[in-house]
Amino acid sequence: MSDHDKIYSTKLQDKIERSTVLLFIFVAVAVAVAGIVEIVPLFYLDTTMTHLSPNVKASQKSAGDTAPIVWDRKAGQTLDDWKPGDGVRPYKPLELAGRSIYIREGCYLCHSQMIRPFRDEKDRYGHYSVSSESMYDHPFQWGSKRTGPDLARVGGKYSDEWQRRHLGHPRDVVPESVMPNFFWLDNAKVDAGNVADTMKVMRKMPFYPAPYTDADIASAKAEVDGKTEMDAVIAYLQGLGNHIKFTEGVNYRD
Amino acid sequence: METSPAIPVKYDMEVVRWFTIMAVVYLVVGTLIGVYVASELAWPFLNFDLSYITFGRLRPLHTNAVIFAFGGCTLMSTGYYIVQRTGATKLWSNGLAWFTFWGWNLIIILAVITLPLGITQGKEYAELEWPIDIMIAIVWLAFGFNHIMTVSIRKTSHIYVSNWFTMSMIVMITYLHVVNSMAIPVSLTQSFSIYSGVQDAMIQWWWGHNAVGFYLTAGFLGIMYYFVPKQANRPVFSYRLSVLHFWSLTFGYVWLGAHHLQYTALPDWTGSLGAAISLAMIIPSWGGAMNGMMTLSGAWDRLRTDYILRFLVVSLAFYAMSTFEGPVMSIKTVNALSHYTDWTIGHVHSGALGWVAMVSMGAIYHMVKKLWKTEMYSDSLVNVHFWLATIGAVVYVVAMWVSGIMQGLMWRDYDEYGALTYTFVESVSAMHPYYAMRAIGGIIYNLGAWIMLYNVVMTVRQASASRSASPVPANA
Repeated sequence: MSDHDKIYSTKLQDKIERSTVLLFIFVAVAVAVAGIVEIVPLFYLDTTMTHLSPNVKASQKSAGDTAPIVWDRKAGQTLDDWKPGDGVRPYKPLELAGRSIYIREGCYLCHSQMIRPFRDEKDRYGHYSVSSESMYDHPFQWGSKRTGPDLARVGGKYSDEWQRRHLGHPRDVVPESVMPNFFWLDNAKVDAGNVADTMKVMRKMPFYPAPYTDADIASAKAEVDGKTEMDAVIAYLQGLGNHIKFTEGVNYRD
Repeated sequence: METSPAIPVKYDMEVVRWFTIMAVVYLVVGTLIGVYVASELAWPFLNFDLSYITFGRLRPLHTNAVIFAFGGCTLMSTGYYIVQRTGATKLWSNGLAWFTFWGWNLIIILAVITLPLGITQGKEYAELEWPIDIMIAIVWLAFGFNHIMTVSIRKTSHIYVSNWFTMSMIVMITYLHVVNSMAIPVSLTQSFSIYSGVQDAMIQWWWGHNAVGFYLTAGFLGIMYYFVPKQANRPVFSYRLSVLHFWSLTFGYVWLGAHHLQYTALPDWTGSLGAAISLAMIIPSWGGAMNGMMTLSGAWDRLRTDYILRFLVVSLAFYAMSTFEGPVMSIKTVNALSHYTDWTIGHVHSGALGWVAMVSMGAIYHMVKKLWKTEMYSDSLVNVHFWLATIGAVVYVVAMWVSGIMQGLMWRDYDEYGALTYTFVESVSAMHPYYAMRAIGGIIYNLGAWIMLYNVVMTVRQASASRSASPVPANA
């Protein structure tokens, strides 16, 4: 017998060490606790989402701010009836196609979409990000690394033409850039069928499904017809970050 | 440790041999891709305008190759090795073990094909698309079931500490993989996570940090608790410390994911809770590192002559270092600076290159000698590899510390007029020398991996040559 068999710390530990089943059960319970405590409440606590949080509502009220957090879409309105500042809306078909390409090319590995509430980030990127802004992002695109700048509010910051030149040959516009050239996105057309299928999947999501109407999905073909992948990525980028009209003095995070 | 039964046990070691060789092959491949993607950031012309090899598509291939190909083959080879030898029993099912070998390697091949094609779920370290995810679940459960059943048919009274750690890895990775990979498919090659925004972020980093905590830490601590005592020929320093290490790590590690999301739109309470537990995790982590180090008490002189032991000891030093660094980076004020910068990349690599890979190399060299019943083809090449790995890791980590802290400071710097001092792109160009230095560190490290491959292949050839010359009973 080795030392291991002679010494033990407690009776329970000794019992566990002698039984595969007990060890399995104790381990399975021990590792489950944190997920239940940290993750499950995020699905039901109102304070998690900006548009549900009573504290945000109170803060908006006292500042006399009536700007909606989430777009209140009236019957008969199309996605094109939405205006910047009307609140968070699901992606338009071409934007959604651009988002799929953004994911395919791994853009999120170098660009974050999550502005933190610091003075320098406000000056550099704009108002800090809030949770409801990414409620239709399956999966989330917050990123974890800024090899390039944050893109959460890049929409409208540059012209479409600047975006096209920069995406195609970044170093023609920004000589120090280390971004790959993406001019070849101009050579491929967006697949309209795939966009419509993606919209259907987004509408089926168990959590925060995108509220697309049948008409929205039917419009996908006309919206993306003849567009290149480059057009789609530009549409996606130009739609980032202008959904909510933020008011000075309102606390949008708990 | 293991008991010596009266009748020698005939172990199932052929599958272990194959997993071991593939681990070394994937070490070379994974770090080579790493060198290439690192070089793309220093010299972007290396993207060559080929979609398949742009940074955004190759980087997931690098992480998958090192974590799941190299790490996975190492975990399965050592897992099957340790569970047999500590239980004095054959595998519960040798056939199922071979199924995991072919299944896991098929998954790796599919990753090599799909990731450069841009087929991805877009979640870090969980990029592989849903059909491959299902295969991973099946093969992982086969490995887990085989391992746990082998534990249950052991001939020893107690389950050895290495197998506790492996069991916690098996259970936790199953939870994580299944929950995090939940997605609705659009087609065979495209799917979208059922979670969105803040909930998806939390689930992703619950996965992301525990892939580190259980796959790359608990699994490799199992390796440490077997191979350090074996190589040093000393018993584990403290049994009680290993009990404390195990339960606090198993319970505590799971909470840490939230510290990846400080100051994001994740509610404050979640990030603060993650950071608080992160700080507490210094205790079990250092307890475990000390337990491994002190196992060498009375055998320290062997470091002069035993190159394999050097790998194991330096890996523990890196483990202690990065498990101190991690909690520090989880503190909100530090995280405000370090998040989004190369410091995170440096931290990951001090853990990956210094701890995970070095402890694996030590274990693999130890196993190769036992599995093929031979000495290494060249001990001095083991020593050369040791120094290349150590220097490569240090160069890499130092480059990323400097660049990361510099980035963080440049981004938040204000001039005397209250305007931002630097544009973003000025921080990009300031990184160039460090990105070049990082690539050089990677090349040094990769060179060591090639030497290991050469040494292992020559050792195996030498062993098979001498075996066919003078046949010995192969009762491994």
